[in-house]
Amino acid sequence: MAEPSYIELLGYGGPNGWGDDLLWGAWETVQVAACAYAVGIVLGLIGAGAKLTGRRAAFVVSDIYTTVVRSVPELLLIIYIFYRAPVALQALARALGSDAAIDLDPFLAAVAALGFIVGAYTTEVFRGAILAVPTGQMDAAKAIGMSWWLRTRRILLPQMLRYAIPGLGNIWLGTTKEAALVSVVSLNELMNAGKQAAGGTKDYFFFYSIVGLCYLVITIASMAGIARLERWSNRGVRRV
Amino acid sequence: MLEAVADLYQQFLSGLPEPASLLIDFVVTLFPKLLDGAFVSVQLLLLSGVVGNVLALPVALARVSRNPLLRVPSYLFILLMRGTPLLVQIYILYYGVGHILGQIPLVRSSLLWRHLDAFWYAAAAFAINTAGYSGEILRGAILAVPHGEIDAARAFGMSKGLILRRVILPQAIRISLPTFSGETIALLKATAIASTITVYELLRVTNEAYAASYRFDECYISAAIVYIALSYVLTRAFYFAERQINKDRLPPSDRKAARPLESLRAA
Repeated sequence: MAEPSYIELLGYGGPNGWGDDLLWGAWETVQVAACAYAVGIVLGLIGAGAKLTGRRAAFVVSDIYTTVVRSVPELLLIIYIFYRAPVALQALARALGSDAAIDLDPFLAAVAALGFIVGAYTTEVFRGAILAVPTGQMDAAKAIGMSWWLRTRRILLPQMLRYAIPGLGNIWLGTTKEAALVSVVSLNELMNAGKQAAGGTKDYFFFYSIVGLCYLVITIASMAGIARLERWSNRGVRRV
Repeated sequence: MLEAVADLYQQFLSGLPEPASLLIDFVVTLFPKLLDGAFVSVQLLLLSGVVGNVLALPVALARVSRNPLLRVPSYLFILLMRGTPLLVQIYILYYGVGHILGQIPLVRSSLLWRHLDAFWYAAAAFAINTAGYSGEILRGAILAVPHGEIDAARAFGMSKGLILRRVILPQAIRISLPTFSGETIALLKATAIASTITVYELLRVTNEAYAASYRFDECYISAAIVYIALSYVLTRAFYFAERQINKDRLPPSDRKAARPLESLRAA
């Protein structure tokens, strides 16, 4: 049998085509990254709020969270949370008096693990962005009788977001790359699709380079999107 | 006290009481193994950190060069290093390049081949990756050096090499040191990725200790503690270096704090 050509190896379907597997893997990677990013943003808002409320206990908890995530390898955290999340959920169910067997989907466990990591980085970005909004504006909003939620929604969040977007963009770029690490805990994303293709054909260099190229495409497309978002968020602001 | 806490913890985890002494015994025998692994992690960090940051200098200089033959390749290299996951880079090197090297008879029969194990592939991948990341940082720092100083040096008749050595680099290093500190912590964390290509560093040792004992929390939390301790030491070292380098720029009240040994002697 003749060696299949590189074009054939990247074909969609067929006995030697790995193109569809890689494409689905890339889609899975984007999904994991996007969901983890959403989780991370929620955690980051909570974490930043906890650091800035002035309550000591809240600050300490949030500070431990960011310190641990920033000094423990992502890979270790992913392994730990991926295998611990279902157990923790089961314990929670037991504590609530339910005997139901909980089977956490690997996708959700991976999202939880990655989201936990992303949250620590967004916490720092949001904290800086909130501090960049002049406090006088919040005081003024309070003085004219706005409730806490109204002044957060109308004064703090819109202005804070403008400061946060460059940092959030960097975190998104990091998240897509860290999503490759969840391949270690068996999820059929881009990296694992590449591993299967490389292992099946013994064409390691070719397939890992293709995988790298896919990540590069995701990164470059994201960079273009982030640049647009930054321009949009700075519209109407005087450039210094 | 310690035993009581360990007992409670065990019950919380498994619902089954386990004698605390067993747990303590386990952790006591685990730590020396973890430290062996941590030693390999630190070797990886130092080797790839030093080589990578030395390589970062030509990358940064090429990146700010006016010659497109230098600038464009450097730009593409940095984009490639920063735009793809380190895991992919290490796989390309270890499985891809390693596979290709293995097919060359001359390489296979050479003495070097026998010593070329996963550790060196990992170190090479980290060094190349660091060259990309640090190159970009250094580029920013070089551009941040005030242009007037370079003009002044030129007016004195300094050569390009001398300007680089005496004016640009000392300031670029000072400017980039805080970022560089964060990058080094990131590199320490990245060394855990070497576990995926069978290097016996801290995370690999942890994985195997878990496989042999089925004590998940004990193994991974202990490893996390070792990583936190290492990051803490690195952070302090960089903080100290920053204070030393910026000694002349600190407000007078802070100067004493910048020389901890002297203030100790005075007290």
